Amino acid sequence: MSTATTPTAYNYKVVRQFAVMTVVWGVIGMAMGVFIAAQLVWPELNLGLPWTSFGRLRPLHTNAVIFAFGGCALFATSYYVVQRTSQARLISDGLAAFTFWGWQAVIVLAVITLPMGYTSSKEYAELEWPIDILIAVVWISYALVFFGTVIKRKTKHIYVGNWFFGGFILTVALLHIVNSAALPVDYLKSYSAYSGATDAMIQWWYGHNAVGFFLTAGFLGMMYYFVPKQAERPIYSYRLSIVHFWALISIYIWAGPHHLHYTALPNWAQSLGMAMSLILLAPSWGGMINGMMTLSGAWHKLRTDPILRFLVVSLAFYGMSTFEGPMMAIKTVNALSHYTDWTIGHVHAGALGWVAMISIGAIYHMLPKVFGRNEMHSIPLINAHFWLATIGTVLYIASMWVNGITQGLMWRAVNEDGTLTYSFVESVVASEYGYVVRVIGGAFFLTGMLLMAYNTWRTVRDSKPAEAEAAAQMA
Amino acid sequence: MDIGTLRGLGTALVFIAFIGVVIWAYGSKRKARFDDDAMLPFADDPEAAKRIEQESRSKQ
Repeated sequence: MSTATTPTAYNYKVVRQFAVMTVVWGVIGMAMGVFIAAQLVWPELNLGLPWTSFGRLRPLHTNAVIFAFGGCALFATSYYVVQRTSQARLISDGLAAFTFWGWQAVIVLAVITLPMGYTSSKEYAELEWPIDILIAVVWISYALVFFGTVIKRKTKHIYVGNWFFGGFILTVALLHIVNSAALPVDYLKSYSAYSGATDAMIQWWYGHNAVGFFLTAGFLGMMYYFVPKQAERPIYSYRLSIVHFWALISIYIWAGPHHLHYTALPNWAQSLGMAMSLILLAPSWGGMINGMMTLSGAWHKLRTDPILRFLVVSLAFYGMSTFEGPMMAIKTVNALSHYTDWTIGHVHAGALGWVAMISIGAIYHMLPKVFGRNEMHSIPLINAHFWLATIGTVLYIASMWVNGITQGLMWRAVNEDGTLTYSFVESVVASEYGYVVRVIGGAFFLTGMLLMAYNTWRTVRDSKPAEAEAAAQMA
Repeated sequence: MDIGTLRGLGTALVFIAFIGVVIWAYGSKRKARFDDDAMLPFADDPEAAKRIEQESRSKQ
Protein backbone atom coordinates (compact mmCIF):
# COMPACT_ATOMS: atom_id res chain seq x y z
CA MET A 1 0.00 0.00 0.00
CA SER A 2 2.72 2.42 0.96
CA THR A 3 4.50 1.87 -2.36
CA ALA A 4 1.86 3.93 -4.12
CA THR A 5 3.35 7.09 -2.69
CA THR A 6 7.04 6.23 -2.74
CA PRO A 7 8.99 8.09 -5.38
CA THR A 8 10.26 4.80 -6.81
CA ALA A 9 6.89 4.12 -8.43
CA TYR A 10 5.08 5.80 -11.31
CA ASN A 11 1.67 7.32 -10.74
CA TYR A 12 -0.42 4.82 -12.70
CA LYS A 13 -3.63 5.49 -10.80
CA VAL A 14 -4.48 8.59 -12.83
CA VAL A 15 -3.43 6.81 -16.03
CA ARG A 16 -5.76 3.89 -15.21
CA GLN A 17 -8.64 6.27 -14.48
CA PHE A 18 -8.24 8.22 -17.69
CA ALA A 19 -7.68 5.03 -19.75
CA VAL A 20 -10.89 3.41 -18.53
CA MET A 21 -12.87 6.62 -19.05
CA THR A 22 -11.49 6.84 -22.60
CA VAL A 23 -13.32 3.60 -23.36
CA VAL A 24 -16.49 4.64 -21.50
CA TRP A 25 -16.76 8.05 -23.21
CA GLY A 26 -15.78 6.48 -26.53
CA VAL A 27 -18.79 4.17 -26.38
CA ILE A 28 -21.14 6.98 -25.27
CA GLY A 29 -19.88 9.59 -27.74
CA MET A 30 -19.94 7.21 -30.70
CA ALA A 31 -23.37 5.86 -29.75
CA MET A 32 -24.55 9.47 -29.79
CA GLY A 33 -22.99 9.82 -33.25
CA VAL A 34 -24.81 6.76 -34.59
CA PHE A 35 -28.06 8.06 -33.07
CA ILE A 36 -27.86 11.49 -34.70
CA ALA A 37 -26.76 9.90 -37.99
CA ALA A 38 -29.95 7.82 -37.76
CA GLN A 39 -31.95 11.02 -37.11
CA LEU A 40 -30.81 12.30 -40.50
CA VAL A 41 -32.32 9.19 -42.11
CA TRP A 42 -35.40 8.90 -39.87
CA PRO A 43 -36.25 12.39 -38.59
CA GLU A 44 -38.89 10.85 -36.26
CA LEU A 45 -35.97 9.94 -34.01
CA ASN A 46 -35.88 13.58 -32.94
CA LEU A 47 -38.76 12.30 -30.76
CA GLY A 48 -40.45 15.69 -31.05
CA LEU A 49 -38.61 16.89 -27.95
CA PRO A 50 -36.24 19.89 -27.83
CA TRP A 51 -33.69 17.98 -25.72
CA THR A 52 -33.34 15.15 -28.22
CA SER A 53 -33.35 17.23 -31.40
CA PHE A 54 -30.41 17.00 -33.79
CA GLY A 55 -29.34 20.60 -33.20
CA ARG A 56 -28.75 19.97 -29.50
CA LEU A 57 -27.38 16.43 -29.68
CA ARG A 58 -24.88 17.14 -32.45
CA PRO A 59 -22.67 19.38 -30.25
CA LEU A 60 -23.04 16.77 -27.50
CA HIS A 61 -21.66 14.15 -29.93
CA THR A 62 -18.73 16.33 -31.02
CA ASN A 63 -17.86 17.33 -27.46
CA ALA A 64 -18.14 13.74 -26.24
CA VAL A 65 -15.90 12.25 -28.90
CA ILE A 66 -13.34 15.07 -29.12
CA PHE A 67 -13.02 16.25 -25.54
CA ALA A 68 -14.31 13.28 -23.54
CA PHE A 69 -13.00 10.32 -25.57
CA GLY A 70 -10.05 12.08 -27.27
CA GLY A 71 -9.29 14.21 -24.21
CA CYS A 72 -9.19 11.27 -21.80
CA ALA A 73 -7.00 9.35 -24.26
CA LEU A 74 -4.59 12.30 -24.40
CA PHE A 75 -4.49 12.72 -20.61
CA ALA A 76 -3.94 8.99 -20.09
CA THR A 77 -1.21 8.57 -22.68
CA SER A 78 0.60 11.85 -21.96
CA TYR A 79 0.78 11.07 -18.23
CA TYR A 80 2.01 7.55 -19.04
CA VAL A 81 4.54 8.61 -21.68
CA VAL A 82 5.95 11.59 -19.80
CA GLN A 83 6.61 9.42 -16.74
CA ARG A 84 8.18 6.54 -18.62
CA THR A 85 10.35 8.58 -20.96
CA SER A 86 11.42 10.95 -18.16
CA GLN A 87 11.82 8.10 -15.67
CA ALA A 88 10.13 10.26 -13.08
CA ARG A 89 6.85 10.13 -11.18
CA LEU A 90 4.30 12.86 -11.91
CA ILE A 91 5.27 15.97 -10.00
CA SER A 92 2.00 16.10 -8.03
CA ASP A 93 -0.48 13.29 -7.38
CA GLY A 94 -3.03 15.71 -5.98
CA LEU A 95 -2.97 18.02 -8.99
CA ALA A 96 -3.08 15.03 -11.35
CA ALA A 97 -6.16 13.73 -9.51
CA PHE A 98 -7.69 17.20 -9.80
CA THR A 99 -7.22 17.13 -13.59
CA PHE A 100 -9.04 13.79 -13.72
CA TRP A 101 -12.04 14.80 -11.61
CA GLY A 102 -12.11 18.31 -13.05
CA TRP A 103 -12.15 17.01 -16.61
CA GLN A 104 -14.91 14.50 -15.82
CA ALA A 105 -16.90 17.36 -14.22
CA VAL A 106 -16.54 19.39 -17.43
CA ILE A 107 -17.86 16.46 -19.45
CA VAL A 108 -20.81 15.87 -17.13
CA LEU A 109 -21.67 19.57 -17.26
CA ALA A 110 -21.57 19.38 -21.08
CA VAL A 111 -23.90 16.37 -20.99
CA ILE A 112 -26.34 18.40 -18.88
CA THR A 113 -26.17 21.87 -20.46
CA LEU A 114 -25.96 21.07 -24.18
CA PRO A 115 -29.27 19.11 -24.45
CA MET A 116 -30.88 21.88 -22.38
CA GLY A 117 -29.89 24.31 -25.11
CA TYR A 118 -27.24 26.32 -23.27
CA THR A 119 -24.66 27.13 -25.92
CA SER A 120 -22.30 29.92 -26.90
CA SER A 121 -22.95 28.74 -30.50
CA LYS A 122 -19.23 28.58 -31.25
CA GLU A 123 -18.51 25.25 -32.94
CA TYR A 124 -16.39 22.92 -30.77
CA ALA A 125 -16.49 25.64 -28.07
CA GLU A 126 -20.21 25.56 -27.31
CA LEU A 127 -19.93 25.34 -23.54
CA GLU A 128 -21.00 28.42 -21.60
CA TRP A 129 -18.66 30.65 -19.64
CA PRO A 130 -18.67 29.06 -16.15
CA ILE A 131 -17.70 25.72 -17.73
CA ASP A 132 -15.09 27.52 -19.87
CA ILE A 133 -13.49 28.83 -16.68
CA LEU A 134 -13.40 25.33 -15.19
CA ILE A 135 -11.81 24.05 -18.43
CA ALA A 136 -9.13 26.75 -18.22
CA VAL A 137 -8.34 25.91 -14.56
CA VAL A 138 -8.13 22.16 -15.28
CA TRP A 139 -6.01 22.79 -18.36
CA ILE A 140 -3.52 25.01 -16.56
CA SER A 141 -3.25 22.32 -13.85
CA TYR A 142 -2.60 19.78 -16.61
CA ALA A 143 0.20 21.99 -17.96
CA LEU A 144 1.71 22.28 -14.46
CA VAL A 145 1.66 18.50 -13.93
CA PHE A 146 3.05 17.76 -17.39
CA PHE A 147 5.81 20.36 -17.52
CA GLY A 148 6.64 19.89 -13.85
CA THR A 149 7.28 16.22 -14.61
CA VAL A 150 9.35 17.11 -17.67
CA ILE A 151 11.47 19.42 -15.49
CA LYS A 152 12.16 16.72 -12.88
CA ARG A 153 13.08 14.12 -15.51
CA LYS A 154 16.08 11.84 -14.87
CA THR A 155 16.96 11.65 -18.57
CA LYS A 156 19.19 14.26 -20.20
CA HIS A 157 16.89 15.17 -23.09
CA ILE A 158 13.14 15.49 -23.55
CA TYR A 159 11.80 12.73 -25.79
CA VAL A 160 10.16 14.02 -29.00
CA GLY A 161 6.78 12.58 -28.04
CA ASN A 162 6.79 14.92 -25.04
CA TRP A 163 7.55 17.88 -27.31
CA PHE A 164 4.36 17.14 -29.21
CA PHE A 165 2.33 16.67 -26.01
CA GLY A 166 3.81 19.90 -24.61
CA GLY A 167 3.06 21.86 -27.79
CA PHE A 168 -0.51 20.55 -27.72
CA ILE A 169 -1.05 21.49 -24.06
CA LEU A 170 0.32 25.04 -24.38
CA THR A 171 -1.46 25.85 -27.61
CA VAL A 172 -4.83 24.49 -26.49
CA ALA A 173 -4.60 26.69 -23.37
CA LEU A 174 -3.99 29.74 -25.56
CA LEU A 175 -6.72 28.86 -28.07
CA HIS A 176 -9.33 28.10 -25.44
CA ILE A 177 -8.73 31.22 -23.35
CA VAL A 178 -8.64 33.63 -26.31
CA ASN A 179 -11.64 32.17 -28.15
CA SER A 180 -13.78 31.80 -25.01
CA ALA A 181 -13.38 35.45 -23.97
CA ALA A 182 -16.96 36.61 -23.51
CA LEU A 183 -19.21 39.06 -21.73
CA PRO A 184 -21.59 37.18 -19.39
CA VAL A 185 -25.19 38.35 -19.30
CA ASP A 186 -26.26 35.90 -16.65
CA TYR A 187 -24.80 32.73 -15.23
CA LEU A 188 -25.48 30.63 -18.33
CA LYS A 189 -25.57 33.17 -21.12
CA SER A 190 -22.74 35.21 -22.59
CA TYR A 191 -21.77 37.04 -25.75
CA SER A 192 -18.42 36.71 -27.51
CA ALA A 193 -15.89 39.46 -26.82
CA TYR A 194 -15.43 39.78 -30.58
CA SER A 195 -17.87 40.69 -33.30
CA GLY A 196 -18.50 40.19 -37.00
CA ALA A 197 -15.75 38.85 -39.25
CA THR A 198 -13.22 39.19 -36.41
CA ASP A 199 -15.30 36.83 -34.28
CA ALA A 200 -15.54 34.38 -37.17
CA MET A 201 -11.78 34.50 -37.74
CA ILE A 202 -10.97 33.97 -34.06
CA GLN A 203 -13.50 31.14 -33.90
CA TRP A 204 -11.87 29.34 -36.83
CA TRP A 205 -8.37 30.14 -35.67
CA TYR A 206 -9.51 28.23 -32.58
CA GLY A 207 -11.51 25.66 -34.55
CA HIS A 208 -8.80 24.66 -36.95
CA ASN A 209 -6.15 24.56 -34.28
CA ALA A 210 -8.39 22.40 -32.16
CA VAL A 211 -7.85 20.05 -35.11
CA GLY A 212 -4.17 20.93 -35.46
CA PHE A 213 -3.15 20.72 -31.85
CA PHE A 214 -5.81 18.81 -29.91
CA LEU A 215 -6.44 16.26 -32.65
CA THR A 216 -3.04 16.22 -34.35
CA ALA A 217 -0.05 17.32 -32.26
CA GLY A 218 -1.31 15.50 -29.16
CA PHE A 219 -1.97 12.29 -31.06
CA LEU A 220 1.40 12.58 -32.82
CA GLY A 221 2.91 12.59 -29.34
CA MET A 222 1.05 9.33 -28.79
CA MET A 223 2.30 7.99 -32.13
CA TYR A 224 5.95 8.81 -31.32
CA TYR A 225 5.82 6.61 -28.24
CA PHE A 226 3.42 3.78 -29.01
CA VAL A 227 4.47 2.98 -32.58
CA PRO A 228 8.16 2.45 -31.66
CA LYS A 229 7.10 0.57 -28.51
CA GLN A 230 4.68 -1.77 -30.20
CA ALA A 231 6.95 -2.36 -33.22
CA GLU A 232 10.01 -2.65 -30.96
CA ARG A 233 12.11 -0.36 -33.08
CA PRO A 234 13.19 3.23 -32.53
CA ILE A 235 11.50 5.90 -34.63
CA TYR A 236 12.67 5.91 -38.27
CA SER A 237 14.26 9.36 -38.11
CA TYR A 238 14.58 11.34 -34.92
CA ARG A 239 15.92 14.28 -36.93
CA LEU A 240 12.88 14.32 -39.18
CA SER A 241 10.71 14.36 -36.07
CA ILE A 242 12.40 17.59 -34.91
CA VAL A 243 12.06 19.35 -38.27
CA HIS A 244 8.44 18.31 -38.75
CA PHE A 245 7.54 19.28 -35.17
CA TRP A 246 8.67 22.90 -35.64
CA ALA A 247 7.23 23.10 -39.14
CA LEU A 248 3.88 21.65 -38.05
CA ILE A 249 3.34 23.91 -35.05
CA SER A 250 4.43 27.09 -36.84
CA ILE A 251 2.25 26.51 -39.93
CA TYR A 252 -0.95 25.01 -38.47
CA ILE A 253 -1.75 28.21 -36.61
CA TRP A 254 -2.29 30.08 -39.94
CA ALA A 255 -4.61 27.60 -41.65
CA GLY A 256 -7.91 28.61 -39.98
CA PRO A 257 -9.20 31.00 -42.70
CA HIS A 258 -9.86 28.06 -45.05
CA HIS A 259 -13.04 27.51 -43.01
CA LEU A 260 -14.22 30.94 -44.19
CA HIS A 261 -13.66 30.84 -47.96
CA TYR A 262 -16.07 33.09 -49.89
CA THR A 263 -17.37 34.74 -46.72
CA ALA A 264 -17.06 38.30 -45.37
CA LEU A 265 -13.49 37.52 -44.33
CA PRO A 266 -11.03 39.71 -46.34
CA ASN A 267 -9.88 37.98 -49.49
CA TRP A 268 -6.19 38.21 -48.59
CA ALA A 269 -6.85 36.32 -45.35
CA GLN A 270 -8.67 33.58 -47.29
CA SER A 271 -5.73 33.26 -49.69
CA LEU A 272 -3.28 33.19 -46.80
CA GLY A 273 -5.25 30.39 -45.15
CA MET A 274 -5.30 28.46 -48.41
CA ALA A 275 -1.54 28.86 -48.99
CA MET A 276 -0.69 27.83 -45.41
CA SER A 277 -3.01 24.84 -45.65
CA LEU A 278 -1.23 23.67 -48.80
CA ILE A 279 2.19 24.03 -47.15
CA LEU A 280 0.87 21.96 -44.22
CA LEU A 281 0.96 18.85 -46.37
CA ALA A 282 4.74 18.68 -45.94
CA PRO A 283 5.00 18.59 -42.11
CA SER A 284 1.90 16.39 -41.88
CA TRP A 285 3.37 13.81 -44.20
CA GLY A 286 6.68 14.15 -42.37
CA GLY A 287 4.99 12.62 -39.34
CA MET A 288 3.12 10.03 -41.36
CA ILE A 289 6.25 8.88 -43.20
CA ASN A 290 8.26 8.82 -39.97
CA GLY A 291 5.71 6.55 -38.30
CA MET A 292 5.24 4.28 -41.32
CA MET A 293 8.97 3.89 -42.01
CA THR A 294 9.53 2.82 -38.41
CA LEU A 295 7.94 -0.42 -39.57
CA SER A 296 10.42 -0.91 -42.43
CA GLY A 297 11.94 -4.34 -42.08
CA ALA A 298 9.29 -5.28 -39.51
CA TRP A 299 6.20 -5.38 -41.69
CA HIS A 300 5.76 -9.07 -40.89
CA LYS A 301 4.75 -8.05 -37.36
CA LEU A 302 1.49 -6.74 -38.82
CA ARG A 303 0.44 -10.29 -39.64
CA THR A 304 0.27 -11.30 -36.01
CA ASP A 305 -0.22 -8.08 -34.07
CA PRO A 306 -3.64 -6.39 -34.32
CA ILE A 307 -2.51 -3.55 -32.01
CA LEU A 308 0.26 -2.64 -34.45
CA ARG A 309 -2.34 -2.85 -37.22
CA PHE A 310 -4.44 -0.22 -35.47
CA LEU A 311 -1.42 2.06 -35.15
CA VAL A 312 -0.25 1.68 -38.74
CA VAL A 313 -3.68 1.96 -40.34
CA SER A 314 -4.27 5.10 -38.26
CA LEU A 315 -1.16 6.57 -39.88
CA ALA A 316 -2.48 5.63 -43.32
CA PHE A 317 -5.74 7.47 -42.58
CA TYR A 318 -3.72 10.38 -41.19
CA GLY A 319 -1.76 10.58 -44.44
CA MET A 320 -4.95 10.36 -46.48
CA SER A 321 -6.87 13.01 -44.56
CA THR A 322 -3.89 15.40 -44.44
CA PHE A 323 -3.76 15.15 -48.22
CA GLU A 324 -7.50 15.65 -48.54
CA GLY A 325 -7.49 18.65 -46.18
CA PRO A 326 -5.05 20.85 -48.13
CA MET A 327 -6.83 19.87 -51.35
CA MET A 328 -10.19 20.97 -49.90
CA ALA A 329 -8.59 24.23 -48.71
CA ILE A 330 -7.93 25.24 -52.35
CA LYS A 331 -10.58 27.86 -53.02
CA THR A 332 -11.84 26.34 -56.28
CA VAL A 333 -12.16 22.88 -54.68
CA ASN A 334 -13.75 24.47 -51.62
CA ALA A 335 -16.34 26.13 -53.85
CA LEU A 336 -17.59 22.61 -54.55
CA SER A 337 -17.00 20.96 -51.17
CA HIS A 338 -17.92 23.64 -48.63
CA TYR A 339 -21.17 23.16 -46.68
CA THR A 340 -21.54 19.66 -48.17
CA ASP A 341 -21.18 16.23 -46.54
CA TRP A 342 -17.68 15.99 -48.02
CA THR A 343 -16.50 18.14 -45.09
CA ILE A 344 -18.14 15.78 -42.60
CA GLY A 345 -16.54 12.83 -44.39
CA HIS A 346 -13.13 14.52 -44.23
CA VAL A 347 -13.47 15.22 -40.52
CA HIS A 348 -14.36 11.59 -39.85
CA ALA A 349 -11.48 10.27 -41.96
CA GLY A 350 -9.34 12.10 -39.43
CA ALA A 351 -11.47 11.47 -36.36
CA LEU A 352 -12.29 7.77 -36.85
CA GLY A 353 -9.35 6.75 -39.02
CA TRP A 354 -6.57 8.67 -37.31
CA VAL A 355 -7.55 9.93 -33.85
CA ALA A 356 -9.75 7.05 -32.72
CA MET A 357 -7.60 4.28 -34.22
CA ILE A 358 -4.31 5.56 -32.78
CA SER A 359 -5.99 6.02 -29.39
CA ILE A 360 -7.49 2.55 -29.49
CA GLY A 361 -4.10 1.05 -30.41
CA ALA A 362 -2.38 3.02 -27.66
CA ILE A 363 -4.97 2.02 -25.03
CA TYR A 364 -4.70 -1.67 -26.00
CA HIS A 365 -0.93 -1.40 -25.57
CA MET A 366 -1.06 0.56 -22.32
CA LEU A 367 -4.05 -0.86 -20.47
CA PRO A 368 -2.54 -4.26 -19.58
CA LYS A 369 0.71 -2.55 -18.58
CA VAL A 370 -0.91 -0.19 -16.08
CA PHE A 371 -3.12 -2.96 -14.71
CA GLY A 372 -0.20 -5.36 -14.30
CA ARG A 373 -1.35 -7.87 -16.92
CA ASN A 374 0.75 -9.37 -19.72
CA GLU A 375 -1.75 -8.56 -22.42
CA MET A 376 -5.41 -7.76 -23.04
CA HIS A 377 -7.96 -10.43 -22.07
CA SER A 378 -8.54 -11.40 -25.71
CA ILE A 379 -6.30 -10.73 -28.73
CA PRO A 380 -8.83 -12.16 -31.26
CA LEU A 381 -11.33 -9.56 -29.99
CA ILE A 382 -8.78 -6.81 -30.73
CA ASN A 383 -8.49 -8.23 -34.24
CA ALA A 384 -12.28 -8.23 -34.66
CA HIS A 385 -12.35 -4.65 -33.38
CA PHE A 386 -9.71 -3.68 -35.92
CA TRP A 387 -11.74 -4.96 -38.87
CA LEU A 388 -15.00 -3.46 -37.60
CA ALA A 389 -13.29 -0.09 -37.16
CA THR A 390 -11.63 -0.17 -40.58
CA ILE A 391 -14.76 -1.23 -42.47
CA GLY A 392 -16.85 1.28 -40.52
CA THR A 393 -14.49 4.14 -41.34
CA VAL A 394 -14.33 3.28 -45.04
CA LEU A 395 -18.15 3.04 -45.29
CA TYR A 396 -18.50 6.37 -43.51
CA ILE A 397 -16.05 8.36 -45.61
CA ALA A 398 -16.99 6.78 -48.94
CA SER A 399 -20.69 7.55 -48.42
CA MET A 400 -19.90 11.14 -47.48
CA TRP A 401 -17.68 11.61 -50.55
CA VAL A 402 -20.52 10.50 -52.79
CA ASN A 403 -23.03 12.65 -50.91
CA GLY A 404 -20.77 15.69 -50.77
CA ILE A 405 -19.89 15.74 -54.44
CA THR A 406 -23.53 15.07 -55.37
CA GLN A 407 -24.68 17.99 -53.23
CA GLY A 408 -21.94 20.32 -54.49
CA LEU A 409 -22.73 19.57 -58.13
CA MET A 410 -26.50 19.85 -57.64
CA TRP A 411 -26.25 23.17 -55.78
CA ARG A 412 -24.12 24.81 -58.46
CA ALA A 413 -26.05 23.44 -61.47
CA VAL A 414 -27.83 26.23 -63.37
CA ASN A 415 -30.19 26.21 -66.33
CA GLU A 416 -29.51 28.18 -69.47
CA ASP A 417 -31.59 31.09 -68.20
CA GLY A 418 -29.51 31.24 -65.01
CA THR A 419 -32.06 29.70 -62.65
CA LEU A 420 -31.05 26.85 -60.33
CA THR A 421 -31.57 23.37 -61.79
CA TYR A 422 -32.35 21.76 -58.44
CA SER A 423 -34.13 22.90 -55.33
CA PHE A 424 -32.30 22.32 -52.04
CA VAL A 425 -34.67 19.59 -51.00
CA GLU A 426 -33.85 17.60 -54.15
CA SER A 427 -30.23 17.42 -52.97
CA VAL A 428 -31.45 16.18 -49.59
CA VAL A 429 -33.48 13.43 -51.29
CA ALA A 430 -30.41 12.47 -53.35
CA SER A 431 -28.39 12.15 -50.13
CA GLU A 432 -30.65 9.62 -48.44
CA TYR A 433 -28.76 6.46 -49.48
CA GLY A 434 -25.48 7.98 -48.33
CA TYR A 435 -27.03 8.73 -44.96
CA VAL A 436 -28.14 5.10 -44.63
CA VAL A 437 -24.63 3.86 -45.45
CA ARG A 438 -23.22 6.29 -42.90
CA VAL A 439 -25.44 4.85 -40.15
CA ILE A 440 -24.23 1.36 -41.07
CA GLY A 441 -20.58 2.47 -41.06
CA GLY A 442 -21.02 4.19 -37.71
CA ALA A 443 -22.71 1.10 -36.29
CA PHE A 444 -19.72 -1.00 -37.38
CA PHE A 445 -17.36 1.38 -35.60
CA LEU A 446 -19.53 1.44 -32.48
CA THR A 447 -19.76 -2.36 -32.38
CA GLY A 448 -15.96 -2.44 -32.35
CA MET A 449 -15.95 -0.07 -29.39
CA LEU A 450 -18.37 -2.34 -27.54
CA LEU A 451 -15.95 -5.25 -28.06
CA MET A 452 -13.23 -2.99 -26.65
CA ALA A 453 -15.37 -2.16 -23.62
CA TYR A 454 -15.93 -5.87 -22.92
CA ASN A 455 -12.23 -6.63 -23.42
CA THR A 456 -11.29 -3.77 -21.11
CA TRP A 457 -13.74 -4.89 -18.45
CA ARG A 458 -12.37 -8.46 -18.51
CA THR A 459 -8.76 -7.24 -18.40
CA VAL A 460 -9.44 -4.89 -15.50
CA ARG A 461 -11.46 -7.52 -13.63
CA ASP A 462 -8.58 -10.01 -13.85
CA SER A 463 -6.11 -7.49 -12.47
CA LYS A 464 -5.24 -7.87 -8.80
CA PRO A 465 -4.38 -4.71 -6.85
CA ALA A 466 -0.97 -6.12 -5.96
CA GLU A 467 -0.20 -6.76 -9.64
CA ALA A 468 -1.19 -3.26 -10.64
CA GLU A 469 0.93 -1.84 -7.89
CA ALA A 470 3.94 -3.93 -8.85
CA ALA A 471 3.61 -2.77 -12.46
CA ALA A 472 4.02 0.85 -11.38
CA GLN A 473 7.47 0.22 -9.88
CA MET A 474 10.30 1.96 -11.71
CA ALA A 475 12.77 -0.41 -13.33
CA MET B 1 8.29 50.94 -42.06
CA ASP B 2 5.30 50.04 -44.15
CA ILE B 3 3.24 46.97 -43.22
CA GLY B 4 4.12 45.14 -46.46
CA THR B 5 7.86 45.35 -45.71
CA LEU B 6 7.22 44.14 -42.17
CA ARG B 7 5.31 41.12 -43.46
CA GLY B 8 8.05 40.39 -45.96
CA LEU B 9 10.64 40.48 -43.20
CA GLY B 10 8.46 38.15 -41.12
CA THR B 11 8.37 35.63 -43.95
CA ALA B 12 12.14 35.87 -44.41
CA LEU B 13 12.67 35.41 -40.67
CA VAL B 14 10.51 32.27 -40.54
CA PHE B 15 12.32 30.88 -43.59
CA ILE B 16 15.72 31.47 -41.97
CA ALA B 17 14.49 29.89 -38.73
CA PHE B 18 13.32 26.83 -40.66
CA ILE B 19 16.67 26.45 -42.44
CA GLY B 20 18.31 26.86 -39.04
CA VAL B 21 16.25 24.02 -37.55
CA VAL B 22 17.10 21.76 -40.50
CA ILE B 23 20.83 22.49 -40.23
CA TRP B 24 20.72 21.97 -36.46
CA ALA B 25 18.78 18.70 -36.68
CA TYR B 26 20.86 17.23 -39.49
CA GLY B 27 24.27 18.42 -38.26
CA SER B 28 26.63 15.45 -37.94
CA LYS B 29 27.72 16.67 -34.50
CA ARG B 30 24.33 15.80 -33.02
CA LYS B 31 23.83 12.42 -34.72
CA ALA B 32 24.93 10.35 -31.72
CA ARG B 33 22.76 12.42 -29.39
CA PHE B 34 19.65 11.88 -31.49
CA ASP B 35 20.37 8.16 -31.86
CA ASP B 36 20.44 7.97 -28.07
CA ASP B 37 17.28 10.05 -27.73
CA ALA B 38 15.43 7.77 -30.14
CA MET B 39 16.05 4.92 -27.66
CA LEU B 40 14.36 6.79 -24.75
CA PRO B 41 11.09 4.80 -25.02
CA PHE B 42 13.11 1.62 -24.40
CA ALA B 43 15.03 2.90 -21.38
CA ASP B 44 12.46 1.17 -19.16
CA ASP B 45 12.82 -2.14 -21.02
CA PRO B 46 16.48 -3.21 -21.18
CA GLU B 47 15.60 -6.51 -22.86
CA ALA B 48 13.84 -4.80 -25.76
CA ALA B 49 16.74 -2.34 -26.02
CA LYS B 50 19.16 -5.28 -26.26
CA ARG B 51 17.07 -6.96 -28.98
CA ILE B 52 16.96 -3.73 -31.00
CA GLU B 53 20.71 -3.28 -30.71
CA GLN B 54 21.39 -6.84 -31.83
CA GLU B 55 19.08 -6.41 -34.78
CA SER B 56 20.69 -3.17 -35.93
CA ARG B 57 24.15 -4.71 -35.54
CA SER B 58 23.24 -7.79 -37.57
CA LYS B 59 22.08 -5.51 -40.39
CA GLN B 60 25.42 -3.69 -40.66
